[in-house]
This record gives sequence, C-alpha cells and structure tokens, in this order.
Amino acid sequence: MNVTVDMSICLLHGQCVIAAPEVFSFDDAGGLVWLTQVDEGLRGALEAASDACPEQAITFG
Amino acid sequence: MTMHTPAPRITIVGASLAGLRTAEAVAGVLPGARITLIGDEGAAPYNRPPLSKDALESLARGRETAAAVLERLALRSKLGDRAELRLGQAAVALEGTTVRLADGTAIPGDRVIAATGLRPRRLALTGAEGRRHVLRSFADLRALAADLRPGARLVVIGGGFIGCEIAATARKLGLSVRLVEPAPQPMLRALGPRVAAAMAALHRVQGVDLYLGRSVAGFGAAQVVLDDGQALEADVIVEALGSHPNVEWLAGSGADLTDGVLVDDHLCAPGAPGLMAEGDVARFANPLFDATPRRTEHWCIPGQTARRVAEVLAAEAAGSPPPERFAPLPSFWSDQHGLRLQAFGAPTLADATRVVEGDLGLTGTAPVIVEYLREGRPVGVLGLGANPAALARHRAHLETSLARSLAEADPATPAV
Repeated sequence: MNVTVDMSICLLHGQCVIAAPEVFSFDDAGGLVWLTQVDEGLRGALEAASDACPEQAITFG
Repeated sequence: MTMHTPAPRITIVGASLAGLRTAEAVAGVLPGARITLIGDEGAAPYNRPPLSKDALESLARGRETAAAVLERLALRSKLGDRAELRLGQAAVALEGTTVRLADGTAIPGDRVIAATGLRPRRLALTGAEGRRHVLRSFADLRALAADLRPGARLVVIGGGFIGCEIAATARKLGLSVRLVEPAPQPMLRALGPRVAAAMAALHRVQGVDLYLGRSVAGFGAAQVVLDDGQALEADVIVEALGSHPNVEWLAGSGADLTDGVLVDDHLCAPGAPGLMAEGDVARFANPLFDATPRRTEHWCIPGQTARRVAEVLAAEAAGSPPPERFAPLPSFWSDQHGLRLQAFGAPTLADATRVVEGDLGLTGTAPVIVEYLREGRPVGVLGLGANPAALARHRAHLETSLARSLAEADPATPAV
C-alpha cells in the first residue's frame, strides 16, 4: 500500500506516531517521517493512524 | 441474549465524531449488524476543533465560503452504506432499547449507544440580546464569524480552552478583546497554576485584556457588567463557560445521569440494560489514574471509546469476555497566538509540576515541556511550542510509568 501524508495540512500532532509507530516517526528535528510503501498487514495500524489524525492528513491504499 | 442474534440492531445516538467512529468500528467487527446513526444536526459528521481556530479565522475574513469550510471540516468516513443515517432529528426518549425521535418515530434496536455529546452552558441572565454567542456547532460558527469584524470590541466570558482560543483568533482578526474568568488564571484547572500563569502572560502580551477572578453580574444593551461593577463595552460577546452533557433523552432509563452517563469498564450503563455510552458524554473510570469516573472532553476520546465499544460488542457476539481493562491515554491540544499546546495524560489530576525542558518565562518564544505529578508520580506531560520528537519521548516515558503503576496496583496486568 502507498501511504501519503498531506504535509500542507499536517500540524504535527503526532497521533499517527502513537497509533502506528511501525510506519510513522519523528526525526530529531521534529519533522514527520513515514514509510511510503507498507505491507497489507499494516492496514489496521494505518486505519488507526488515519482516524487518530485530527487534520485528516493521512491517506493510504 | 439479543446481541447474540446474527443481525443485531445497533442504534447510535449522536452523529458527530464519536457516533461516526463507533458506526465504522461496529461495522468492522459485526459485518451483519444493522446500524442506525441518529444526529440532531442536519450536517453530516464534521470536525469541531477548528471551529474556534482556523475555521473561525477563515470564515470571518471571508477567505472561504461557509460551504467550503463545512466541506473541509467534514469527517472522512469509511462507513459507506453500512449504516442508516437519520440526520436532523434529535432523540427525545429511550424506551427500553427503542429510541424515540422528536418527530415521534420509534427506532427499535438491541443495543443503544449514547454519543450525544455536550452543549454549551449559558448564563442565566438576560440582556445584550443579539450580541451573545456560544461556539459548539457549525451554525454557531457562522453566526460568530459574521460578527468578528476588525476593530469590534469582543468580550469572552470564560477562560477555558475554547474561550482562550476564540480570544486569540479574535486578536489575529484585529478585534479588541477582553476575557473574563472567575478563576485566578485562564485554563487553571486544565493546566495548573504555573503553566496557566505563563499562558495568561502570553495572552496579555498578545493584547488580550484579562479580567481574572471576576464573574459576570449582568448585561446592558451593549455591555457586560462584572461582579465588581465594572462595565465592559461589547459589540460581540461569547459565552465560553464549559459544557452540559446531553442526557435529558435518557431520563427514566435507569442510568446514572449525574454529569453525563455513568458507564463501566465495558462502557455499559449500570441500571439501563442494553445502553452504552461513549465520547465526551460518557463518564468512566480510567485505571491509568484511579477509580473515579470522569467525563473527558478531549478530541481523542471519541475514537478511543469507539474502539472499546466495538471490541466489547465483538466479544459478546463471540460469547467471550471482552479484553480486560479500558485504560486509554488521553491527549489534547490547543493553538493560541501561534503557540501549540500539546498534552498527554491527565494534567488536571496533578498536584505538582516540573519543567523538564525550557523555561516557562519564555513561553511563546522558546520550547517548554512540563511534567505533571500526583503524589510524586507522573500523570501528564505538556509541551508548549515543543519539538514533537522531544515531546514524543516524554509521552512514551509517561506511558511506561503509568503502565508500571497500573501493574503494581494489579499484578495480574502485565506492564507494557
């Protein structure tokens, strides 16, 4: 699956980092980094991250 | 029992974030369930936090139309046609597990899930009619935005998060802003005295006049009169005095409706068979902290409780006990004067704070991270303009610490 974060609306709440740490993390400067290609097995984690994002910035599929 | 039938009828009352996420989660775990989602607002579920922040600014500036703002706020849904939506009709009564709507329609079901949320508290005072606003719904947003014109005099009554966010947004829009709060500091209960004082200083620097320790005694035609007799000229007034749980429709259901709907670890309401509650109308104990049931008015709670409802219903359908313990880690945020506040845990329960990074005297100009302690143990962490990576490390530390406390309290629970 492709994972996209719309960085024009992301406000770095970090909820995705909590919901799906396998996919999302912060670099030392506090920027969001994520895996752009993930296995189908992570769908549940991605759904949780997408739901937890207050800005609805995460899409995948 | 009814929920063991192959096609349980699940009625969710409240079509905001909590109701929507629950419908999605239940549809995911009970593919056969017949789900009805009832909402009193006409609009499909939308996101409320921006109402006091960028949506208010954008609409007041005329940068976007109301329709464009609402479209942007609409919550993306995975629900598809998996639920029947009944919007624009409030639930007025619960009879057993049948929900009665305002137009008299009866919606029979096997399970009813209350997600009716909150409404703003109002001052029981007359006067200044036509100038007084609240902010909870999109309709409230439209009315308030139309009145926030540059140069207008705004009085915000109530210095909680919503009041402070509106004050900050109004300053950005070029209004003259006064904020009246009965407590000695704004956001005192939520943030504790030290952080609240730092935030008060930031508001003052940004041009918000604070009337702390003062309450409203009355309204003139274009005035807010305080309890010490001061009269504040006001073109626009916002009552941001906190919220009242929408539980009237549950009167006589048998549920304990003292401050929301009291629910157990399974989010089931004792005394009202078949009734569950979730989101900010639900009052439950969080074993991460203690055994006292509380309502939590954070954006994260609808999603967390929706997942719990789904796992409880899935376990019941499978005839197995639900997973032990519902212990979600709360989080909340606020944006004021360009400063991001981000918190995890329950700072409101703390009896002490410790600045772990930065200096509260520099709030708004340099990153600060504050740890909240109760009886010497961490119960929360808050960042003010903090580096998200640094705050994430402190959050992880808090989570570990809370899990350890939980395990010590109950050795049957493995530490995370």
